[in-house]
Amino acid sequence: MDVTSAFAEAFSLITRLDTGFLAIVGLSLRVTFTAVALAALVGLPLGAWLAMTRFPGRSVLVVAINALMGLPPVVAGLIVFLMLSRSGPLGGWGLLFTPAAMVMAQTLLVLPIVVSLTRATLEELWTEYRDHLTSLGLTGHRAIPTLLWDGRFALATGLLAGFGRASAEVGAVLMVGGNIAHYTRTMTTAIALETSKGDLPLALGLGIVLMTLTLAINAAAYAASRIGARYAG
Amino acid sequence: MGASILPLRADGLALIRDGQRLLDNMSFVIPQGGITTIVGPNGAGKSLTLRLCHGLILPDEGNVSWAHDARLRHAMVFQQPVMLRRSVRENIVHALNAVAHRSPQERANEALARFNLNALADRPARLLSGGERQKLAIARAWALEPEVLFLDEPTSQLDPAATREIEALILALSQEGLTILMTTHDLGQARRLADRILFFNRGRLIEDRDSASFFDAPETPQARAFLAGELI
Repeated sequence: MDVTSAFAEAFSLITRLDTGFLAIVGLSLRVTFTAVALAALVGLPLGAWLAMTRFPGRSVLVVAINALMGLPPVVAGLIVFLMLSRSGPLGGWGLLFTPAAMVMAQTLLVLPIVVSLTRATLEELWTEYRDHLTSLGLTGHRAIPTLLWDGRFALATGLLAGFGRASAEVGAVLMVGGNIAHYTRTMTTAIALETSKGDLPLALGLGIVLMTLTLAINAAAYAASRIGARYAG
Repeated sequence: MGASILPLRADGLALIRDGQRLLDNMSFVIPQGGITTIVGPNGAGKSLTLRLCHGLILPDEGNVSWAHDARLRHAMVFQQPVMLRRSVRENIVHALNAVAHRSPQERANEALARFNLNALADRPARLLSGGERQKLAIARAWALEPEVLFLDEPTSQLDPAATREIEALILALSQEGLTILMTTHDLGQARRLADRILFFNRGRLIEDRDSASFFDAPETPQARAFLAGELI
């Protein structure tokens, strides 16, 4: 099949809302949304706590978390694989090669981004707000809700960056999800597989959706920072 | 409200940083009412003294004491007021919520009305002009129903028109019974506003007089030199 007709077929997959095609897109979005939500649930409080607390070894932890932002996805996949494999500590849960395993792997990838960005954002805000909040008796953990809310635009950008990283990632979900048709096949694993199989239309169609998604994420991040600048000065 | 938290007593305050005595043997009493203004050259310890009185920092020697439990009954406006990334109204409501005020929305409305901020209520606070920010900071402090207001250089960043407005506000608040302790580097402002002057130099209290006699007949050579505009 030549590239032109592959493109034509790819667009046809998208425009006629092919069910198999949509199922793959849907699973990808579901997995990534869940992973980002979980990462936010854990990462926002953790980053806030890290911003407001001083203890021995804190700098080491901060550097370690910053470094984890560059965690290679295949290593994240390996960690989750080892945890969930039959002989691993969570082997009894039987989650290997399920969407839940993919959520875990992506959460692991997004979490350091959320923690690190939350810590940096809140530390900067705290420096600015310290006098006023201390004057109102809002110190330590009592300052956190104010700082999280006032950092909302920067934090939204961080979550979008996390979403971008998770949705574009292929190695980890392939390792722990297994790329099982109709079950754990995501956009990225499908593209990898279909390209090697020679089914270019499906790969191209998914690639187009993925690119559009990335574009949308970046537009949203840009909008968040613009609105933030307009509102927060 | 209960009994007055005044007088405020600063007794032998010292603040030591890196072996330097930034404040030394600082003692004064602030009774109820009036505007007391701390003047002195840069580095005299004016802002530090306000921070000690407000409880933001603790002295290394001496102590600050109030007649009664003064928690949340004195408020402070900083030289560069902190504007939260929220609307003008939400800035006030946030402060009221922080101190668990019984009716934050109503009280915020009162503060907006009292300080003519109604037209700006829904504007992002950080986009206000310098004068408007200072007014909001004072309104936000006033909303907390303090008995004592600490003002650190309230007009140092403002143009003459805004300065005039803020000075009028400070006088009005004083006439309404609020006790005010403020710093300024502007001697004209001290003359216009102060009932009493605390003159600081190099971390020490040099003169503590009523305003008229301080400006007419300063007792110490340092104060005379300062009023004459010399570097001391």
